[in-house]
Amino acid sequence: MDTILQGFGSAFKLIIALDSELLKIIWLSFKVSGAALLLAVLFGLPLGALLALKRLPLRGVILSLINTGMGLPPVVVGLFVYLLLSRSGPLGFMSLLYTPPAMIVAQFILAFPIVTSLSHTAIVNVNPIIRQAAQVLGANPLQEALTVIREARYGIMTGGIAGLGRVTAEVGAVIMVGGNIAGYTRVMTTTIALETDKGNFDLAIALGIILLGLSLLINLAFRAVQRMGRTGSGVVLWD
Amino acid sequence: MGLSPELAQISKAYNGRVILKDCSWVFEPGLAHVLMGPNGTGKSTLLRICALLESPDLGSVNYLAGGRSLAHDLELKRRITLLLPGVGVFNTSVFNNVAYGLKIRGLQRREIEARVGAILESVGLADKRRQRALEISTGQSKRLGLARAMVLEPEVLFLDEPTASIDQENSEIIERIILEMKEKKRATIIMVTHDPAQARRLGDRLLLIKDGKLWSR
Repeated sequence: MDTILQGFGSAFKLIIALDSELLKIIWLSFKVSGAALLLAVLFGLPLGALLALKRLPLRGVILSLINTGMGLPPVVVGLFVYLLLSRSGPLGFMSLLYTPPAMIVAQFILAFPIVTSLSHTAIVNVNPIIRQAAQVLGANPLQEALTVIREARYGIMTGGIAGLGRVTAEVGAVIMVGGNIAGYTRVMTTTIALETDKGNFDLAIALGIILLGLSLLINLAFRAVQRMGRTGSGVVLWD
Repeated sequence: MGLSPELAQISKAYNGRVILKDCSWVFEPGLAHVLMGPNGTGKSTLLRICALLESPDLGSVNYLAGGRSLAHDLELKRRITLLLPGVGVFNTSVFNNVAYGLKIRGLQRREIEARVGAILESVGLADKRRQRALEISTGQSKRLGLARAMVLEPEVLFLDEPTASIDQENSEIIERIILEMKEKKRATIIMVTHDPAQARRLGDRLLLIKDGKLWSR
């Protein structure tokens, strides 16, 4: 019990003192997860929209694969990316293993199915009359699609937040492809794992508290977006 | 000479049930045509086919200009519009809903503001312009839908039961707007209603849809 209390005390000191190592780890975590999420939205949203709005061949198969991807075990993703980027792998010539880009790739693979699937669901659930209204008001096919996507914006944002939640809490994949190199590829989750192994609980608890705070913030954002969807606050106006 | 649709032997069936059969008609430009008939006889289907929202199984809809049938392209679709029975209000402000059609046509912001402001005034929604459109009443939604269609100054305006399920006050406002539009003779109006008195008040031509065909009343 003393160890835990002492750990919490030291952890709060690190947080309050804005310890440089702590800040570096947090900053890298944000950069890696932010980049992974951005890529997941850039690729996942158009694919989700395409699957929702167009009658593509093999749509059912693609959706099944994406939904399966939502439950991908992070260590399997880590293994796959490791094999891909290792010296003898097909992308080994890029020398990306044990670098932040490798961690971004792994987190992207984890977030992409979530963003795609939830975007697809949000767009599919838009009332069909919205699309018809856009048509009769003279929208071209692209404007029609953008109108439907805009109506689904709160559901799409929920998908993005869920994707962020998934990647920030993930440890297995990034530790395999990032290597947990101090000052280079060490992020919050991997540091917690390492410092706990070493019996150094101060930094581990401090990062644990920050991760929990981040998780709380993500949940609050999640709820706020859902409330906005119901009440329509945040209506865009330019008049 | 205004724009108006001509139906040439239109047929349409849903799940094997024939709704429209060899239906032909020439709608007169600049006049208000009111379609009546029991539920399920194909009034809305006919309107959606005329508004190019659906295709007939057989036959064709022709919009003529200079004796030539116009292509069913975006240019033609932007000269006509349909007020859907459920309106299809977008999850944004009343102003942005009405401005939608003008924005996608690339009009300048100043012109959009002027036209939307004027139309909101005429339908009695000027004080609601900043309000979220999904929060206004059903009657106000219908007025919003009408404003959203009228602001485009269409040459053919299709109205699918514009006063269904709304109170007397909103119904009277909508009728007044349609009458004003009719008097200006700027557009061909083709409207569906179940109210015979309303049909007489608004229509220059009363039509009945029966056995999959249109008949003059």
